[in-house]
Amino acid sequence: MLDTKRDTPPPAAGRAGMKKELPEHFKDYRHVWVFIELERGQVHPVSFELLGEGRKLADKLGVELAGVVLGPPGEATWHAVAEAFAYGADLAYIVEAPLLADYRNEPFTKAMTDLVETYKPEVLLLGATTLGRDLAGSVATTLLTGLTADCTELDVDADGSLAATRPTFGGSLLCTIYTLNCRPQMATVRPRVMAMPERMNKPVGRVIQHEVPMVEEEIVTKALGFLSDGQSSNANLAYADVVVAGGLGLGAAENLKLVKNLARVIGAEYGCSRPLVQKGWMPADRQIGQTGKTIRPKLYIAAGISGAIQHRVGVGGADLIVAINTDPNAPIFDFAHLGVVTDAIRFLPSLTEVFTHRLSPHSRDKLAN
Amino acid sequence: MTEEKFDAIVIGAGMAGNAAAYTMASRGLKVLQLERGEYPGSKNVQGAIMYSNMLEKIIPDFRDDAPLERHLIEQRFWMMDDTSHIGMQYRSDDFNESRHNRYTVIRAQFDKWFSRKVREAGATVLCETTVTELARDSDGKVIGVLTDRTGDMILADVVVLAEGVNGLLGTRAGLRETPKPQNVALAVKEMHFLPEEVIDQRFGLKANEGCVIEAAGTISRSMAGLAFLYTNKESISIGIGCLVSDFAATMESPYELLESFKNHPSIRTLIAGSEVKEYAAHLIPEGGYRAIPQLFGNGWVVVGDAAQLNNAVHREGSNLAMTSGRLAGEAIFLVRKGGRPMTKENLALYKSMLDKSFVIKDLRKYKDMPALLHTNSRNFFTTYPQLLSQAAQNFMRVDSTPKLDKERATTAAFIKARSRWGLVGDAVRLAFAWR
Amino acid sequence: MHILICIKQVPDSAQIRVHPVTNTIMRQGVPTIINPYDLFALEEALRLRDCHGGEVTVLTMGPPMAEDALRKALTYGADRAVLLTDRYFAGSDTLATSFALSQAIAKIGETFGAPDIVFTGKQTIDGDTAQVGPGIAKRLDLLQLTYVAKIVSIDLDAREITVERRSEGGTQTLMTKLPCLITMLEGTNEIRRGSLDDALRAARSQIVKWNAADAGIEDLTKCGLRGSPTVVKRVFAPTARAEKAEQIDTTEKTSRDLAEELIAGIFSRQPALEDELAFDGDD
Ligand SMILES: Cc1cc2nc3c(=O)[nH]c(=O)nc-3n(C[C@H](O)[C@H](O)[C@H](O)COP(=O)(O)OP(=O)(O)OC[C@H]3O[C@@H](n4cnc5c(N)ncnc54)[C@H](O)[C@@H]3O)c2cc1C
Ligand SMILES: Cc1cc2nc3c(=O)[nH]c(=O)nc-3n(C[C@H](O)[C@H](O)[C@H](O)COP(=O)(O)OP(=O)(O)OC[C@H]3O[C@@H](n4cnc5c(N)ncnc54)[C@H](O)[C@@H]3O)c2cc1C
Ligand SMILES: Nc1ncnc2c1ncn2[C@@H]1O[C@H](COP(=O)(O)O)[C@@H](O)[C@H]1O
Repeated sequence: MLDTKRDTPPPAAGRAGMKKELPEHFKDYRHVWVFIELERGQVHPVSFELLGEGRKLADKLGVELAGVVLGPPGEATWHAVAEAFAYGADLAYIVEAPLLADYRNEPFTKAMTDLVETYKPEVLLLGATTLGRDLAGSVATTLLTGLTADCTELDVDADGSLAATRPTFGGSLLCTIYTLNCRPQMATVRPRVMAMPERMNKPVGRVIQHEVPMVEEEIVTKALGFLSDGQSSNANLAYADVVVAGGLGLGAAENLKLVKNLARVIGAEYGCSRPLVQKGWMPADRQIGQTGKTIRPKLYIAAGISGAIQHRVGVGGADLIVAINTDPNAPIFDFAHLGVVTDAIRFLPSLTEVFTHRLSPHSRDKLAN
Repeated sequence: MTEEKFDAIVIGAGMAGNAAAYTMASRGLKVLQLERGEYPGSKNVQGAIMYSNMLEKIIPDFRDDAPLERHLIEQRFWMMDDTSHIGMQYRSDDFNESRHNRYTVIRAQFDKWFSRKVREAGATVLCETTVTELARDSDGKVIGVLTDRTGDMILADVVVLAEGVNGLLGTRAGLRETPKPQNVALAVKEMHFLPEEVIDQRFGLKANEGCVIEAAGTISRSMAGLAFLYTNKESISIGIGCLVSDFAATMESPYELLESFKNHPSIRTLIAGSEVKEYAAHLIPEGGYRAIPQLFGNGWVVVGDAAQLNNAVHREGSNLAMTSGRLAGEAIFLVRKGGRPMTKENLALYKSMLDKSFVIKDLRKYKDMPALLHTNSRNFFTTYPQLLSQAAQNFMRVDSTPKLDKERATTAAFIKARSRWGLVGDAVRLAFAWR
Repeated sequence: MHILICIKQVPDSAQIRVHPVTNTIMRQGVPTIINPYDLFALEEALRLRDCHGGEVTVLTMGPPMAEDALRKALTYGADRAVLLTDRYFAGSDTLATSFALSQAIAKIGETFGAPDIVFTGKQTIDGDTAQVGPGIAKRLDLLQLTYVAKIVSIDLDAREITVERRSEGGTQTLMTKLPCLITMLEGTNEIRRGSLDDALRAARSQIVKWNAADAGIEDLTKCGLRGSPTVVKRVFAPTARAEKAEQIDTTEKTSRDLAEELIAGIFSRQPALEDELAFDGDD
């Protein structure tokens, strides 16, 4: 891609300045859709985050919010529908077919494009997960419409167009992207970028069941198996309430145990900055940041992390950021809430110890007495 | 199997190597050039002054597409003490001529451009390929090279060593000695990015005009050294270099030196608000004429920094590198055209061409300078700058001291610091070394 | 086997700077690299070739200087390089990029033989969308395998391929038919260092340069800015947080005191946390 376009704010004479003229056949495209990502009976939480965001868009546009559930016939699929309502959907589209049991690109793309062409949404949001990105790219290309990846902000402008804002050039800049003369306007959002909305015990909404004629024999790709990461190795980093992370400032692989110890004591997940993954000190799924996980914990403790922009974009949503760094000018102090300028290697053990003391049931009882 | 043979192999794609490779390839020789960096220029310290005249002799119309930053219209020489500078400045609109005399360039970009020219001239250029060893025949004649890539040795009639100041290959092969610590300076350098308009404004420049500051004084903490600041289009190169032997003796850290130079009140405001992007350290050969090693042998010649061809007094290096590279290339071409083998006797032509050029003439002129500055560094880099600064301040500051007393105080300070004979001696030695 | 891989030359985003006043990208001195994710795909392609025979073609769409990226790919051992370059491609978004690339791939197929596998990287570090791969697959009607961590087996006679694909919370094993498009995950392998012969060959190879017409693209309205449904309306810098971190004064304090103070600071800001933090296990 010749990326001159992203170089500068396009001049007013550019296309963005032109009059938007939506072709006649797109004019009846209405409503906001959220793809409810269902895999192995579980709804991915990013779908709820998107419903929260979709609700706001739908309200601004004065239209309905729909959840789209694609899955095998059965309880789990209907449960996903119920959950969509609980998180704010007015209605749900559901395609049930045995061949939608395991995710594969072909049947999912077919089902999704069929739904879009039949019911014509103006906005379609998907999670930027491995599944969501795989699907979104195919669907957008099939429909020949625009797709904005990894948005951090979604809004509706005065004339009802979707304004999708995303980081560009490694997070050093943000850009707002429009899909001009095509529908639907598609966007993906990474897990944990948007806040989790309140779950309501909402009565059910409308359900539209849709049939997509597909037979397994016509689907070339076969799912042979699935190996779950299990609880242990796959960090639940993105959804942890408390995260402790270490960076290059820790100096050596063995010092990572300081981070892990603290994490264990306070019941946190642990993570790291990218160089640690590159050095092989930690597995890739522990990386936090632009090319790793986005986290949104209540408490984030960063030890020996400088706070490069690519790291920062992954932790911006944390409620409380604590930084431990020897360099008082480290950029992390620009966005942390609490800072300690000290040697993390010496400090972490003390911190762990004091936390242990303070949090152990024994000492808590003593305090109560 | 690499059973191929080249007319010449050039080791290194810096200024000297590119000049040699271009000169030979454009005259129809089959040239292979090997560079260990990821691309030509990737290993070279960024931000430098490039001298047009020497490049014109190689690529006359280089201005058409070479990545040039600013042409220089102003040069400042500063003597600094800890809080002040006293200086000389020359600025002339005459430098706004159509064929500018000097430019600032960013080596990473400039070398890439130069390398493209080399390729267009027909040479084969391999990057990320380090020459590990010179191959020789039973008579000791250099016949090719071995590299760090899997594969056989590559053969050539002659090898041009343009490997820069470290010159590991040549020293390992016993062609010359490792440069002595008192003959090399270690320079550290940073690129400070600022918007073009801000640079224009701070230095009073317009439309690609550029300015250079060279500074000496207490900033080098009594070591023989020089600090510099060059304006590029959207950045400022700033650095300081001192002799390696001095660094070793004083245990000063080059990085701290640069930090305090940047924090000097006269410099700080010039780079305020900039974003530092690159930090690099590099050696500069400063031994001058007396440090020049054997320049040619059986099947090889050495050019540029590897041959210590660097004029420390005028801060010229790349022009000597380009010129020595070009002359080596021309000599090799002439030897070959005459149908003669690349023996030591025949390659002596390179040395005699070099002797006739400004390269050796200039270096000979300053042959005593390195020794002088080295042995007297405390006086030249601390005492005099401080004295000059005090004298200037004494002169400028208006108070109720009678002018005559002020002048006496200044003279007394000079004599106290260096004694009458010391002053005369320093002046005489400097004059002789300059001659 | 003919394997095609799409690579992109990108600015090394670690070194990108933003003009403080105009918020535009300052490119001066920013080196370009091959998109790091594409190198994993390239190495995988080279291994498949070494194992099954055949040739590897690299393709990029970009400005003329993207030739450097292709030459580098040749140095690593690719057999052929095609540069798709035309001013009509300027300003392409992912939809227009996948259009141009898929047309070029079709043309490469006609000229040098249809590829059995098309590789792309997982995503680029500048566009960062992971959309171009799926886009190409769709346009060429190739079966699509994204986030592939491992190619388990290829049966060239049956034209079957089995891969392990990273999915949410686990690894999926998928089998499909050739031709297909694979986007490779990072960390799967490391790019090799080409031999001296590779390097020499690369330095001398002619890179195939195609403009839109050469690639058989007739409908220019599908290219570049005109063919891009998305439009960047505004580019701006993220707003900095107003206040900096509150620093805990460290002078003359033991680590323990500091820790006490920090923890007090944490709980005073987030009182609810005190009950939520769990202590599990001793030592
Ligand atoms: C395309 C791209 C994508 C990227 N994606 C990511 C990403 O997703 N996530 C990510 O994290 N990075 C990412 N990066 C890398 C990012 O730019 C930074 O290089 C990286 O975050 C720096 O990691 P660090 O803070 O651990 O190391 P450094 O920047 O080296 O910082 C180490 C810090 O530790 C401090 N320190 C040193 N010793 C001690 C001590 N004893 N005690 C306390 N502090 C100490 C130092 O003062 C320094 O601030 C990406 C880069 C690129 C180009
Ligand atoms: C801080 C600083 C500022 C300077 N400023 C100026 C200035 O303003 N003006 C000026 O004229 N001069 C300046 N100089 C000096 C000038 O940079 C050098 O004199 C000039 O670059 C010498 O060119 P060269 O080709 O001999 O060596 P280099 O430019 O050093 O090139 C040598 C090349 O050989 C390669 N190489 C080395 N070993 C091998 C191997 N075994 N195999 C393959 N490749 C190898 C290296 O990677 C390198 O690219 C400055 C120097 C420094 C350090
Ligand atoms: N201009 C391009 N030329 C060739 N391949 C590209 C180009 N843009 C993207 N790609 C390929 O598509 C992948 C995903 O890119 P992106 O959708 O930009 O994240 C990259 O890893 C490349 O393999």
